[in-house]
Amino acid sequence: MKLVTTHATEIAAAVRAGQARAHALVTAALEAISARDPALNCFTAVLADRALAEAAQVDAAVAAGRDPGPLAGVPFAVKNLFDVAGLSTLAGSRINREHPPARRDAAAVRRLGNAGAILLGALNMDEYACGFTTENSHYGPTRNPHDPSRVAGGSSGGSAAAVAAGLVPLALGSDTNGSIRVPAALCGVFGLKPTYGRISRAGTVLFSPSLDHVGPLARSVADLALAFDVLHGPDPADPVARPRPPEPCLPRLTEGMDGLRIAVADGHFRRGGDPEALEAVGRAATALGVRRGIEVPQVEVAEAAATIITLAEAGNVHLRNLRARARDFDPLTRDRLLAGALLPASAYLQAQRFRGWYRARLRAVFDEVDVLLTPTTPCVAPLVGTARMVVGGTEVAIRGHIGTYTRAFSFVGLPCVTVPVRDLAALPLGVQLVAAPYREADLLRVAAALEAQGFTAEPVLA
Amino acid sequence: MDEALLDRFAAGVDLPLDPEHRPGVAEALERLLALAAVVAAAAVPDEVEPAPVFEP
Repeated sequence: MKLVTTHATEIAAAVRAGQARAHALVTAALEAISARDPALNCFTAVLADRALAEAAQVDAAVAAGRDPGPLAGVPFAVKNLFDVAGLSTLAGSRINREHPPARRDAAAVRRLGNAGAILLGALNMDEYACGFTTENSHYGPTRNPHDPSRVAGGSSGGSAAAVAAGLVPLALGSDTNGSIRVPAALCGVFGLKPTYGRISRAGTVLFSPSLDHVGPLARSVADLALAFDVLHGPDPADPVARPRPPEPCLPRLTEGMDGLRIAVADGHFRRGGDPEALEAVGRAATALGVRRGIEVPQVEVAEAAATIITLAEAGNVHLRNLRARARDFDPLTRDRLLAGALLPASAYLQAQRFRGWYRARLRAVFDEVDVLLTPTTPCVAPLVGTARMVVGGTEVAIRGHIGTYTRAFSFVGLPCVTVPVRDLAALPLGVQLVAAPYREADLLRVAAALEAQGFTAEPVLA
Repeated sequence: MDEALLDRFAAGVDLPLDPEHRPGVAEALERLLALAAVVAAAAVPDEVEPAPVFEP
């Protein structure tokens, strides 16, 4: 079984059937990380002893005839803002290195582990999740496996690059304004940002509590669906987790798209991007037989409000350290966190009021359609160290503009999936699918239809 | 943003600013206040409540 090209669902099936041993899979994955991660810089910690011990437990369960779980033997890794027992939870920072080691794993890590998946390590990110490029001044940039001179995207850049490079078939990231979707698109993998409150964030370092989500990245729709099925559900330990019972998606992938109303998002989502990013959506629409377009209202205002909420909350989260030791923050995030801490309460509250109002506006859109298609990013992965890009003749900051198609939907908690597109350019791009709250299954059904038509990017073998 | 105004914002939350950080903070705060003006200009009815804990 060749780990680099094998999907999580295939690994679990083979381990469960006794056709592959978790110990051998984990050993192979650790060797791949040792050989290839130094050039990519995805991992900030590798947990060889723990992983081999857990693999032995999975193999013992199979040998004894016990159910080893639906993700038996599947190696995975997590953005380093998830608590991992025995590690200080860095969240990409130097400051948090001083924290004591976490005493237990984050809730999402425990759920994957209880399903038989095996944690291999922790992954690089933008400091405190405040960025879209994973150019971390403390731990170095994570590089894009498709072109190491380019960024992996962020802030879950280590997660996306590790999956794209075939180091692990599954990773966890977090997404406040696009931090799962952007790196997944730029690295050519699938990413799922669930409905707000659907996957527990307990045991993670929050960036902006009103907007933070966690979710999986993978190389197939079935893997994304299986991971989501294991991960989602109520958790009293997360104050925003919804009490809604789980609704498994994997069994629904075979339903196809019958009955789903799909439209391309017009207006904002047809502007401000490079031609190949916009063309990717056209290709997806053609593949799905979609001709309808629909306007999403006031996206620019939603983006503005999302940015205010994000930085006001993040500035508050970090206020004590911003007062006492601002020099220890990453220069790439520090000034924005400081500015966020200075925002007047009225700016923050008005943004939260707009959010309540905008939720109703987007509900009206989803009265008309079930799934929206948009670009995930306006461009392919920028070169490491690039601060600005030109869009329609105007120079803009890459850092902000790269999230221009993702922010408005996380702002109101809607579920989104990014599907990787290949063959359009030498570098990957993504098409974003968006649905009404709790309709993750609809997104995954459409993603499966695109996958069946050969849209997916392949892992990078060397 | 002029220096005195930045100082007033910083004093409001007791957040001393390192001289080296001031130009970057001033630029970031100006950008955020411009975004706040965009949000303020949107016609949100008075009866709409803020959504700090949000159920989609």
